[in-house]
Amino acid sequence: MTILLALHAVLGLAAIAAGDRLGRRALWLGALGPIAAVGWLLGVLPGVLDDRPVDEVVRWVPALDLDLQLRLDGFAALMVVLVSGIGVLVFVYAGRYLSPTGPGVARLVGLLTLFSGSMFGLVVADNLIALYGFWELTSITSFLLIGNGHRDARARAAALQALLVTGAGGLAMLGGFIVLGQAAGTYRLSALLADPPEAGAAVTTALVLILLGAFTKSAQYPFNAWLPGAMVAPTPVSAYLHSATMVKAGVYLIARLAPAFAEVGLWRPLVVTVGVVTMLGGGLRALRQTDLKLLLAMGTVSQLGLMVAVFGWGTPTAITAGCVLLLGHAFFKAGAFMVVGALDHQHGTRDLRALPRPTRGWGPVAATAVVSAASMAGVPLVMGFIGKEAALAAIAESAGGGAVVALIGITLGSALTAGYSARFAFGALGRLARPDAAAECAASSLGPPALALALPGALLAAASVVLGVLPALEDRLIGAAATALDRAVEPVHLALWHGFELPLLLSAIALLGGAALHRGRRTVDPVLALGHTPASSAGLYGLALRGLNATADRVTGIAQPGSLPIYLGVIATTAAVIPGGMLLTGASWPGWPDLVETPVHVPVAALVLGAALAASVVRRRFTAALYLGLVGYAMAGLFVVQGAPDLALTQVAIETLTTVLFVLVLRRLPDRFEHRTPPWRRAIRLSVAGAVGATVFFLALATGAEDPPTPTSDAMVERAYPDGEGRNVVNVVLVDFRGFDTLGEITVLTAGAIGTVALARAGRRPHRGDGEPLVPEAEHPVPAVPLSRIATLDISVKVVFTAVMVGSLYLLFAGHNQPGGGFAGGIVAGAAIALRYVSGGIDEVRRLSRSQPWTVLGSGVLIAATTALVPLLLGGAVLESGSVTLHPPLLGDVKLTSALAFDVGVYLVVVGLALMVFESFGDDPPPRSDPITTAKGES
Amino acid sequence: MSVLMAATAAILFALGTYLLLQRKLSRIIIGIGLLGHGANVLFVNAGRRGRAPLIGSADPDTFADPMPQALVLTAIVISFGVTALLLALAYRSWVLTEDDEVADDVEDRSVAKEGFADSELEDEAALVADLESSTEDDEPAPIQREVGEGVAP
Repeated sequence: MTILLALHAVLGLAAIAAGDRLGRRALWLGALGPIAAVGWLLGVLPGVLDDRPVDEVVRWVPALDLDLQLRLDGFAALMVVLVSGIGVLVFVYAGRYLSPTGPGVARLVGLLTLFSGSMFGLVVADNLIALYGFWELTSITSFLLIGNGHRDARARAAALQALLVTGAGGLAMLGGFIVLGQAAGTYRLSALLADPPEAGAAVTTALVLILLGAFTKSAQYPFNAWLPGAMVAPTPVSAYLHSATMVKAGVYLIARLAPAFAEVGLWRPLVVTVGVVTMLGGGLRALRQTDLKLLLAMGTVSQLGLMVAVFGWGTPTAITAGCVLLLGHAFFKAGAFMVVGALDHQHGTRDLRALPRPTRGWGPVAATAVVSAASMAGVPLVMGFIGKEAALAAIAESAGGGAVVALIGITLGSALTAGYSARFAFGALGRLARPDAAAECAASSLGPPALALALPGALLAAASVVLGVLPALEDRLIGAAATALDRAVEPVHLALWHGFELPLLLSAIALLGGAALHRGRRTVDPVLALGHTPASSAGLYGLALRGLNATADRVTGIAQPGSLPIYLGVIATTAAVIPGGMLLTGASWPGWPDLVETPVHVPVAALVLGAALAASVVRRRFTAALYLGLVGYAMAGLFVVQGAPDLALTQVAIETLTTVLFVLVLRRLPDRFEHRTPPWRRAIRLSVAGAVGATVFFLALATGAEDPPTPTSDAMVERAYPDGEGRNVVNVVLVDFRGFDTLGEITVLTAGAIGTVALARAGRRPHRGDGEPLVPEAEHPVPAVPLSRIATLDISVKVVFTAVMVGSLYLLFAGHNQPGGGFAGGIVAGAAIALRYVSGGIDEVRRLSRSQPWTVLGSGVLIAATTALVPLLLGGAVLESGSVTLHPPLLGDVKLTSALAFDVGVYLVVVGLALMVFESFGDDPPPRSDPITTAKGES
Repeated sequence: MSVLMAATAAILFALGTYLLLQRKLSRIIIGIGLLGHGANVLFVNAGRRGRAPLIGSADPDTFADPMPQALVLTAIVISFGVTALLLALAYRSWVLTEDDEVADDVEDRSVAKEGFADSELEDEAALVADLESSTEDDEPAPIQREVGEGVAP
């Protein structure tokens, strides 16, 4: 089965890819899919009919227990007869109907093949999720096929409607599948049905959701409007998808689930009511159509309603009757569509007011029309009669008021069906036409159709007659199908004659009623027009579409107002309110801790807060940045007090670099913030800020009340030297225990640095911003202000720079055992570079190294990543550490650990980051007019 | 954690949030810096205060907690990267608009005020309504050869 699915996919895609070059050959290529499926089915059919299903499992994601489970049982075989058997006939028919040279034919054929494969997958899928996947594939191929004539706005609208309706239903169905699968503990359909989950609220919800999917797919009221709309597709598509196969997917699903769930809660009342209402509504509307294709579409809606009602009834006899109906309907409806297609193709119209009477050569088509209509109406000696009798008998068997109502509904619906069947037959034979219009049409007609247009329909009609006269021929297939659905089904013996019983009486009533409807059509028409007034499904669709649009507008308007302060305000409020609320309701108050832990905290905190407050209120950008720097230095003081020299070191160096960065950027921006905030906005900001502050305060007290048990930290202290071979625990944590984290972090830093340069250089000096080295070494422009430089300052800066660089290297190498490490060392080196920048500008920085900043960054990441991966090659784990002890002369023993190499990578990344900053913002600000012209030039 | 340290962190958070809700990007950047400092205060105070965790320098029982320190160390460096990127954004904004104000998104504002007029959708809803019925006209449909794309003549 997997091979067949793959074959359909390959053939379909190949036909689409080959495009119009293939011409008529595309059809033969595409038809290979259904032909192969039919051939395979014939091979396995004897086994399946003897109740030996074909199972196939493809392991897909074993970890998630996600498998592609396929199963061909009797019912699936019945569906494959429809999908692939009728598929072959449709391909033959389409070969004549479609112009071999017309545009888009190959695409249409390819889509038909893809659809055929999807539908095949749908009926053999034995896993709910796989079933859903194929279900949506049929929706999508149907969308593409309806919209095949995409230049026509009507086709696009109809395709969209079909997709939205069936797609929305499909999503509901997926939700139902998941709930059901969880309740049952398995997603395997056969296992789930063999051992259905206990009835309950969850199962009822799941079933209602699944039924939504089935109703939308099978065009049940009130979701039926998309099916008549889908008739804008070429007739072979309508015959195949929208009568014989795809619209039966919903019926298929109901049939599968009914035996297990018919007695659960809402199922029977809901399904049978919807089915009968749809049958009556569709029948009423079909009676008023003048377009034969629309008449058939409404008829399909009506017949689907009947099938839904009968399968939904769920008793073993009803299931059997449903299978007979399913087969019969596919035969007569596909045949009838082919008649309409042939008429349309030859006469150029399918309006029953203009169709002329058949002439010589139209015989097979006319016969097909009559037989199909008879089968549709349920006339004895044709297949439809057997199905309708069986359905009536099955429901008549049950007792209760529901059965009586259902019988009355179905009999009325059958009368309507007989009425529109007559209208179809007489219309197709030209008996309802106006003489003048018919004459005009006959004059321009192309004459009788070719064999390929007449034969497939005629074959279906012949089958309808044979199986109508000798229904016992289909006993085994129907029996196997019904038994696959419900073990309780008794051996099936279909017969033409059951004796004078209730079903026969009801059938007779229906047929006579239909005849009366047809005879008295002029009198009934005005009455039927009244039936048009209740809320039509198309109206509901339009209403839903507009409502959805309006709601989307509202929601978007509220959720996406486009204002950054609002977004951040919402986030901040949420961050304050939710943990704050949980604190209020959930936590017990631990009591106030010490006011002050150590007296040294007081001046440090005062400095931090004073500087922070100043940074928040000053009106000059520059001053604010300097105050922020002061906060940072005060933080370094706090780190010293806490016993974190590494942090203090890093913080001081970073703060220096940050301040330089601010200076570099802010010198380009206006000096002051303009300030025109209305007071109410300020009040909102203040209250959000206050709420955040309060939550943080109490959260900190609540969580920090207990002295934290720190087994992780204790273990780290214990294992730092034996495992990480370093005495500085913080550094060991960074480069060893949490090395993966650090590797990720330096990668993020690198990405951020690249982004910074890109943003800073965008729109500026375009000739230098395309990834080339910014300025080749030899072309460094002469510094603009060489004369103003002071020789002594230059020299002392160089001396200090060298000393600081040596210091930074010392920090790097000693960092594993003493305060320091790659981060601290790199930042100190960055500060040294800043010094050089201050003395000599960007050119001084560029002169420092031949390599570009991104080369430094990249090699840093590369070294760190390599260090992390090398142990893998040696059979260890990622980042596993090792060491080598060297004995160089004079220096004593030197122990080199792999962590050191990792730290070198970190160091290089941080140095590269500092270089990037100067590269981005270091050159002199462009003249005032420059950015404006550049900006305009870009836009 | 002492009340003083909790209050310090809380005030840093409050000031940071206040600045974050401004429209000038440079103030937002300062706000983010303050938020970062506030978080670091929380972190280092969540662990035990003590001597620098250097093995051999003191009794391990008197060590400060090394774990939050390692986390804060990376946070400090990352915040520098973030600041640099945001400053580049501010600079870019200034280059383009001569201001570092974060303006409202014009498109979003117009949707919020007037809605998004999807005329195509309206047309389609109308088209679908008359697809369903063929009975409105009294006259037979005109004869058309081309019933669909790619249909043979």
